[in-house]
Amino acid sequence: MALAADRSALVGKEFSRRFRADDEVTRLVLGALLAEFADAGIGADDCANAELILAEVLNNVAEHAYAGLGGPVELNVRIDTDGLDCLVIDRGCGMPTGDAPNPGAPVLDAANLPEGGFGWHIIRCLTSDLRYRRDGNRNRLMMVIPWVEAG
Amino acid sequence: MQIDATKYEGALILRVDASRIDAAVAIEFKESVRLAAEAPGNPLVLDLSSVTFLDSSGLGAVVAIMKLLAPERRLELAGLTPNVAKVFRLTRMDTMFTIHDAAPGALRAAG
Repeated sequence: MALAADRSALVGKEFSRRFRADDEVTRLVLGALLAEFADAGIGADDCANAELILAEVLNNVAEHAYAGLGGPVELNVRIDTDGLDCLVIDRGCGMPTGDAPNPGAPVLDAANLPEGGFGWHIIRCLTSDLRYRRDGNRNRLMMVIPWVEAG
Repeated sequence: MQIDATKYEGALILRVDASRIDAAVAIEFKESVRLAAEAPGNPLVLDLSSVTFLDSSGLGAVVAIMKLLAPERRLELAGLTPNVAKVFRLTRMDTMFTIHDAAPGALRAAG
């Protein structure tokens, strides 16, 4: 809850990164970004949610939009009163259905448990106002990671 | 990835010596545990107390390990840190595993 009383002073602060969508690069970029969030005074639980959501989104870009071949991605995170306003732009393939998946909780059959399909469920659980748009040759994904800590 | 194996009353305890199980290391993690699991012991208890971050790739790898061991051996989990526990809870995977607060026989960390 550090600095909660003063979160309003942080509103509007932005963090931007452009990098190559790739699992290793994503790990490094997120590590540095999370250190900046913590330095800015964002609490540990909010940082943890942001790290998980951004990792899931960026892994999807690397694995699906770019099919593991890599490509540029832009990440912009803005501190807002409701939470972290996030925008992720890539130039990979569009979402197959034209919209961001909303698969619900995975069906757990004990005899044959799924090994994937968890990512979008986690993203949907921990974000609000998630919007996807195909913009020319780009994917634009916007979402808010709501504050979980009082402030 | 470093995996430290110990035996405790017939169980094989595998402690993951890494702070993150994410997309960059999920395959390496699965392979390291698979190799360490060649040692005898049942159940196999995966001690995740050093892991502070696990994403859906890491979760998928844990499930894959469970399926590799079944039906002869059972995979149990121990020492889930809060952020790791959250991923299991959100996906309801916490209902599919026996989860111990700490690895059987593990000394509780001082302090």
